[in-house]
Amino acid sequence: MAGTSDPHGSAFSAAELEFLAEDEMIEIVPNLRMDPLNFISGDFGPFRPQIAAQAPLWLAVALKKRGKCTIRAPEWMSVDKLSQVLEAERDSEKFQPLPFHYVEISRLLFDHARDDIPDIYMVRSLIEDIKDVRFHKIGKGLEIISKERTYALRLKNLSAMEANIVRPFVTRALETFYKLGSSDMIQETDHAPNRQPQATNRGPRRQLKDR
Amino acid sequence: MDSGAGESSAADDYESLMSTTDAELLKSAWRNEKAAPEILKYDAGLVQRSRQQIQLMEEMMDEFNQNGVDPLTVSLYQMDLDRTMFLLRSYLRTRLQKIEKYIFHIQKTAEQWNRLSKQEQKFATRCAGDLKHHLEQSALSKLPDQYQSHLRQSAASEDDDMVPEPHLDAYVVCRSKKYLGAFQLDDGGEEPIDIEADDLYALPYKSIKPLVESGQIDLV
Repeated sequence: MAGTSDPHGSAFSAAELEFLAEDEMIEIVPNLRMDPLNFISGDFGPFRPQIAAQAPLWLAVALKKRGKCTIRAPEWMSVDKLSQVLEAERDSEKFQPLPFHYVEISRLLFDHARDDIPDIYMVRSLIEDIKDVRFHKIGKGLEIISKERTYALRLKNLSAMEANIVRPFVTRALETFYKLGSSDMIQETDHAPNRQPQATNRGPRRQLKDR
Repeated sequence: MDSGAGESSAADDYESLMSTTDAELLKSAWRNEKAAPEILKYDAGLVQRSRQQIQLMEEMMDEFNQNGVDPLTVSLYQMDLDRTMFLLRSYLRTRLQKIEKYIFHIQKTAEQWNRLSKQEQKFATRCAGDLKHHLEQSALSKLPDQYQSHLRQSAASEDDDMVPEPHLDAYVVCRSKKYLGAFQLDDGGEEPIDIEADDLYALPYKSIKPLVESGQIDLV
């Protein structure tokens, strides 16, 4: 319970995000015959040998582990596509569109379906690079929050894992700006300019408000 | 508040409602509950339906085992069942944690109190009683008279200033399934922001609270 001092830190653990990612659909090629499965989470199948079908990732991984199917790597996980994304990611300030759970999905596939991913080493290193570039951008993006008065932040194309990681910092930073910018606070600072220790602290913050 | 939301016709809403399974609803109820600073309304209908589905599935599993259905299929059904049970348990547990944390606040605010289920109210009453008893026994009873309240710092306090309250100013990360149009943050003065479908936003919980409650926006 290290995070209890911050009641609103990372809302989800990495395992919980993975749990959510496991509901994403993926294409599998089964090598067995199975009747339709009527799950609580939806209806899947029927599965016929060598006929591609859609399944949630958790089901795909479960079948794969038992050697009952091969998983088709999603289109965005090809060397071509990922190279394009990486290049665009480097050239642009913006985040490139990737699946919301791209980190978790690729991780699950690397762990459980290594032999089904063409050029796995290349794919893996491309995804690592993309992740690095994006995290660097997130860091730079955070500087903008501190320069301008920001009440709302649009995190376009940020993925689940990325959003979860920046959440504690971003939400608290925005909250602090919001508080400092609210009218009560300004009145308070105007009324009490003589309180020495606070006055020095508040100097730069008031500038923020004036912009 | 919901300018622009009028564009979506009631038929659309109905359709999206019908195509949303309970499994999806449970997942977003769980997410919202985990990410919201305060306790949300208990979704009695959803919990009841999920429990029924779980029970039904458990009976089906028994039948499978008796009828000698292939073990692989059975194990897949079991996995699906486990996933749903995890969601339901985690949803309920997250709520209990919030109740424990804000117990005195929830107890004295009728609007919050009514968000709890009957069982949660029972839990809350006992929990509040125990906590009060504990505070009194271990510290408060040994203090001078005017400092003995578990809700106030001293008898001179104007209101209950020792009651932890959820922090509604907190920012949350949220996502809308469809375009919501220009949205005004509640304190005015600011430029309204456009809420696009499937984009993430960090916004103050307070100002999007009605959208969370009406299911138009999901916390992530």
